[in-house]
Amino acid sequence: MMYGVHFTDDADGEAFRSMARCALSHAISPQELTFVVGRSPSLFAPLPAPEPGYAMTAPRAYLELLQDVICHRAEDRFPLLYDVLWRLKHGEPELLSRASDPAVSKLSSYAGAVHRDIHKMHAFVRFHRRQSGSGDLYFAWFEPQHFVLRRAAPFFVDRFASMNWIIATPDGTASWDGRELAFGPALPKPEKLEDEVLGEVWQTYYRTIFNPARVNPQMMTREMPKKYWRNLPEAALIPGLVAKAQRRIETMDDMPDVPPRFAEKIALQRKPEMAPADALAALRAEAARCRACPLHRPATQTVFGEGPVDARLVFVGEQPGDSEDIAGRPFVGPAGQVFDRALSDAGIDRAGVYVTNAVKHFKFEPRGKRRIHSKPDISEVRICGSWLTQELDLLNPDLVVALGATAAHALSGRNMAVTKTRGAELKWPDGRRGLVTVHPSFLLRLPDKGAQETEYAKFVHDLKLAAFLIGSKRESVHAKAA
Amino acid sequence: MALSLLQKLEILADAAKYDASCASSGGTRRNARSGGIGSVTGAGICHSFTPDGRCVSLLKILLTNFCIYDCAYCVSRRSSNVKRARFTVDEVVTLTLDLYRRNCIEGLFLSSGIARSEDATMEDMVRVARILREEHGFRGYIHLKTIPGSSPELIELAGLYADRLSMNVELPSERSLATFAPEKSAVSIKRGMAQTRARIAAAAPLKKGRGNIAKARQPKFAPAGQSTQMIVGADGATDAEIIGASANFYASYALKRVYYSAFSPTGHPSAALPHVATPLLREHRLYQTDWLLRFYGFSLADVEEAMDCGMLDLAIDPKLAWALRHREQFPLDVNVASREMLLRVPGLGVRAVDRIIESRRSGRLRFGEVARLSRGMRRAREFLIAADWSPRKLDSLHLKSWLSPAPEQMALL
Repeated sequence: MMYGVHFTDDADGEAFRSMARCALSHAISPQELTFVVGRSPSLFAPLPAPEPGYAMTAPRAYLELLQDVICHRAEDRFPLLYDVLWRLKHGEPELLSRASDPAVSKLSSYAGAVHRDIHKMHAFVRFHRRQSGSGDLYFAWFEPQHFVLRRAAPFFVDRFASMNWIIATPDGTASWDGRELAFGPALPKPEKLEDEVLGEVWQTYYRTIFNPARVNPQMMTREMPKKYWRNLPEAALIPGLVAKAQRRIETMDDMPDVPPRFAEKIALQRKPEMAPADALAALRAEAARCRACPLHRPATQTVFGEGPVDARLVFVGEQPGDSEDIAGRPFVGPAGQVFDRALSDAGIDRAGVYVTNAVKHFKFEPRGKRRIHSKPDISEVRICGSWLTQELDLLNPDLVVALGATAAHALSGRNMAVTKTRGAELKWPDGRRGLVTVHPSFLLRLPDKGAQETEYAKFVHDLKLAAFLIGSKRESVHAKAA
Repeated sequence: MALSLLQKLEILADAAKYDASCASSGGTRRNARSGGIGSVTGAGICHSFTPDGRCVSLLKILLTNFCIYDCAYCVSRRSSNVKRARFTVDEVVTLTLDLYRRNCIEGLFLSSGIARSEDATMEDMVRVARILREEHGFRGYIHLKTIPGSSPELIELAGLYADRLSMNVELPSERSLATFAPEKSAVSIKRGMAQTRARIAAAAPLKKGRGNIAKARQPKFAPAGQSTQMIVGADGATDAEIIGASANFYASYALKRVYYSAFSPTGHPSAALPHVATPLLREHRLYQTDWLLRFYGFSLADVEEAMDCGMLDLAIDPKLAWALRHREQFPLDVNVASREMLLRVPGLGVRAVDRIIESRRSGRLRFGEVARLSRGMRRAREFLIAADWSPRKLDSLHLKSWLSPAPEQMALL
């Protein structure tokens, strides 16, 4: 038998739920229902009262969909909602996850339209200030596409809680008095709304921020459809702006300007760079401008050595890493922290030593939001070696310690096996006393804790040896040429 | 004669419109229920659209267009004869609040020419943000431009008041910068972005072990992150150079966005620059490529394969260009292909791919069903197999011209 179901235009989720409860409790299929919206009652029999004790359940996703879809103006939302509910309860419990189903697809497009309408209401409501005895009242007239006033209003409370406001629509009115959000019946559309800020400041801004060289009205109407224009004070400007855009481009002067008089004065006033304090600072400033190899392009900055000019002990690492590149200082990242701890365990004060790198720019591969360290090429090590040589010449330290193979190569000019050469004093080709040990990042890469502890102890031992070697002024008799 | 507020607005909004960024997204959610005015929902709202198709979300103005620099691409450079103006700090505060109360904007995007010095200008910009936040309880969105070379203490303050910070690199290579903005230093711009990244990372809530109290005490620093902009077409840089620079910036400085702004005549042109506007389509293709890198799992090498001599094809989108050169990887069966591969299908967006994967769990998908999940089927159809569909034209030499948009659509731009 056929039943007739009657809904008002703006029937809410509760009205639909109570109808569905009646129909489902009597197992009335969608084919047995006809829906009538707004107009005169149906010729078919009304639904019977629900079966006493019948508890209607539905998946959470359905209830969320219902809450959105019910605000849509399309009259077929009622049969579609019931159809999907029926199928959910009759053998298709996973129906909602099949977005490709025609009914589900249509309902989700309705839900999307409602969301869009709420969003557009948040965007396009314009408040006109009315001054009154008890303070300012902000009034807006808005015509949403769907029944979204109740859904959209809390946003305005969040944002304008300290103002008194009214948003009137053809379907009803929302008002806020600083304490309570109230919904009332529709008000007639006001004849004329005036507001100084909307009339002058806003229109001036809108007109000016438009770039006539990029005129693209299709793009605008896709995001701001014409149906919204009649309540947007700025929309009145659109036809004029579009019409005049081409002329504004054509009349833009295309001859270069004669510079105003102050331009030259400013050019002369630009302050010269400060003269560096000493030779090491001068070298640092020069290195900051180094373009000798392509590594400077992706890197942030040259990371020069750091430490007192009279340091007797110099440590040379491989190259700055991500943290060093960002900070502009050597050995401040994870490896730097291990290095600092080991120095302190070896009884060496970092503030008293000079720390630098064989290569002064960070070499990396961009990978999404991260940078992956790449090993510098021999040619990059060689080119950058001139900075290292000049640093060492200025510092003239007692001992130069290579941290890892790249530094050892930079100092010796050849490949050296760190594990075979570590732990014994040697002589670099320039005649300086030297020592080789591992790079602290090697310790970070060790997988198991036992190996980490053993290697850390060996590293500290090497650093202690370095401290011992600068303690003894005389050349070690065992030093062999590197 | 002194300029009126509206005259100043006209000059200083005009000078600001070449900054493409308008996003108001990503700020910390907050509202005015406990006092003050304003809210941030996280997603950002476009309050209007101008006939150039761009959104109006923030009041985007310069504090002043007086500038001691002379960058060829900029209408406010010192050698330009443009009208000059300067807002007072209070004028910017009043304009922001007036427009905000009428629901015209999400907040303020304040930039500036560099008057007197980097620090003097940055200090005034920070003062605007501080007065809005502290004296008016403004909880809307604030985006501040940071000035390369201004002192770290000022950047520090800027990050406390602003949701987003940005510093524009404007040109993708140091070579171009040296030609068109000789007084600017690429290193000082990169160092500025590096400093902002370091501060954002330091203020980010620790992932575990500290609890909510520690999180709440942590002062926020630019919670919506930082962004930058490159002008496209003012110098001779190729698309490959521009995208390479972007990939590098995303990896290095934790940028939320890189904006691409097609060079267009501004009036008061510099003799050093081209007189023709860059096609807006080129800008659009760069954005599409940027998206492929960030959301579609393409590597830099992949997107370079979509280019010819380092330039993107203006006639078709970069994903289609890539796919046409990798036909051996297609067609893909929508009912079994991995997410990673489905993302490589021309015409299928991230959302469509996710809906396909969810839908196919409850039965094999037919062509008509896939068409209900994606609007890009005209491009996707030749690359896909569905339960009742297999493509026939994938190997045709004419595939590219069939899939290119109709020429009259091109003419619109």
